[in-house]
Amino acid sequence: MILRRPFFWIIAAIVAAFAIAPAIGDNIELRESLVLAAVYITLASNINMILGYAGYVNFGSIVFFGLGGYFSVWLMSAHAWPLAAALVAGGVAVSALALVFGLGILRLRGVYFALSTIGVNEGVMAFVANFGPWGGSTGIYLSPALFQPLGGPAKALWVIYYLLVGIMGLSLVLSYAVKRSKFGLGLLAIGQNEDAAALLGVPTPRYKAIVYSLSAFLPAIAGGLYFFKSAYIQPPDAFDLQLSTETIVVAMLGGQGTVAGPALGAFLYEELRGWLLTSPTFSHFQLVVAGVLLLAIVLFAPGGLMGLLYRLWPRLRSFLE
Amino acid sequence: MLGLLASILDGVLIGAVYGLAAMGITLIWGVMDVVNLTHGAMIVAGMFAAYVLVGAAGVPVYATLPIVLAGGFLVGVGLYWLSVHRVIGQPPLMSLLSTFAVNLVLVGLGTAVWGTDLFNVPASLPGFSLGRYTFPGTHLMAALLTGVIALALYFFLYRTRLGKAVRAVSNNREAAELVGIPTARVLALAFGLGVALASVAGMLIATMFPFTVLSGDAYQLKSFVVTVLGGLGNPTGALVAGIALGLVEGLTTPFVPVSWTLVIEFILFVVVLITVPGGLLTLFRRRRPA
Repeated sequence: MILRRPFFWIIAAIVAAFAIAPAIGDNIELRESLVLAAVYITLASNINMILGYAGYVNFGSIVFFGLGGYFSVWLMSAHAWPLAAALVAGGVAVSALALVFGLGILRLRGVYFALSTIGVNEGVMAFVANFGPWGGSTGIYLSPALFQPLGGPAKALWVIYYLLVGIMGLSLVLSYAVKRSKFGLGLLAIGQNEDAAALLGVPTPRYKAIVYSLSAFLPAIAGGLYFFKSAYIQPPDAFDLQLSTETIVVAMLGGQGTVAGPALGAFLYEELRGWLLTSPTFSHFQLVVAGVLLLAIVLFAPGGLMGLLYRLWPRLRSFLE
Repeated sequence: MLGLLASILDGVLIGAVYGLAAMGITLIWGVMDVVNLTHGAMIVAGMFAAYVLVGAAGVPVYATLPIVLAGGFLVGVGLYWLSVHRVIGQPPLMSLLSTFAVNLVLVGLGTAVWGTDLFNVPASLPGFSLGRYTFPGTHLMAALLTGVIALALYFFLYRTRLGKAVRAVSNNREAAELVGIPTARVLALAFGLGVALASVAGMLIATMFPFTVLSGDAYQLKSFVVTVLGGLGNPTGALVAGIALGLVEGLTTPFVPVSWTLVIEFILFVVVLITVPGGLLTLFRRRRPA
């Protein structure tokens, strides 16, 4: 059972640390920094299921986050849905959409798939920017009254934070559970050699479509929470190319294919980013730093930080996945 | 009716330039199975090279072409040794990510220097009038220069020894190595050529439309659409498909708002990828070695 494994308790400890740390002394600054870390971990863990397990690059993963945000915010503002219902509906809708997309584009393999995900990103952004009911390029603004059911804005921010941490925890558990399952083994086999996997009876197109859809669910909910927190949503923020690329950098930095890697990478990247933003020399060069980091990892340490740790302490493999 | 015809003809002129850019991607893919994700950034680099050369150095607009071509080639060769050489022969994930990383660095540097404002390269040529409609001289010139460059590339690939080496490596890298072709240097050459085509296409686009540092993404997507339409790895297909895409753009602009263009192109892209992954030209011919 998953509960018996030590790694499950490591995940629980990470989530607990996220939940408790900012609550001590009402540290709002720390909480805001951890919000971003939680979003990075959620996005990176989910992209890792495609990138790390199945070996497919998804350049358009941010579409899930942005569309989830749009669905939820729109349901709350135009149809007055309560937060929880809007979030779940957003997640389900985006997952279903991803499944439809996935059944189409996942018949493509390797680079063809990667190219089409770039197209998904540009196409969806252009679509949303022209889509009237979602406000087109001006987006949707939420009324402050929507924070009232959660006990006013100040308290609502804490509620949102705990929900985000919960989503982060679920992402890690999902990532772990998938890796341990027969389904996950199939994905890893696809990542190694898709033809061989298909010959051995892995239903490759179906598995790829399922993982594409699965990896859309939690990021969509995280998007709903994130944009509920900002109280507005616009196409350039929802489909932020930078966040999309950072997600890949984070997953590669921590170690693609491992469960703990994306979390480690996300946490370190968030710290690095905070430092870069405040540093006078580097504040304009965030993308450059991300690019150099990614290039260095790809060329010299394709296993990422977890790869390095495993090499230093091979025993780590037995309990840190 | 005449308006629609004019719009289509103008689309074809612009489409030729899309084809030129796509030839850059398809050449690199054909030779080394790498999708060059610095493509968009190099298109933008060509735009800004023209902007700086014309604005600061006072070079006549079309005299920047050979400079951009040579500069693009050198940068491309450098990029090959920096980011591609180590990942040749590895899974596509690795070369996608490494060229993507270089793209991030270039876009980051570009935004730090120029921000995201609109720029344009002042180019004016007498237009060509057809009834009430006038085709801008810059569009005619761009299509003409595209034709010249495409012919030159064809001549290089099919009539020179070095071009034959490129085609040999593209056909079978091990066999080429066995007969004494220095494959790594040929790969670097091909990458340089691909990047040079992208930057020249950027320079020509800059004479027609205003641009920003972030314009690369949209043109890169167009190049992918064109490349896929023409069949990955097929330069002639890329040029034909570029013209076809321009035709589609010219056909739709009178009826559909410009901001929808990318959506339409993306749908076209996915439909072609799924139905005829070998490119549209495969519909017309049986089988012919590339």
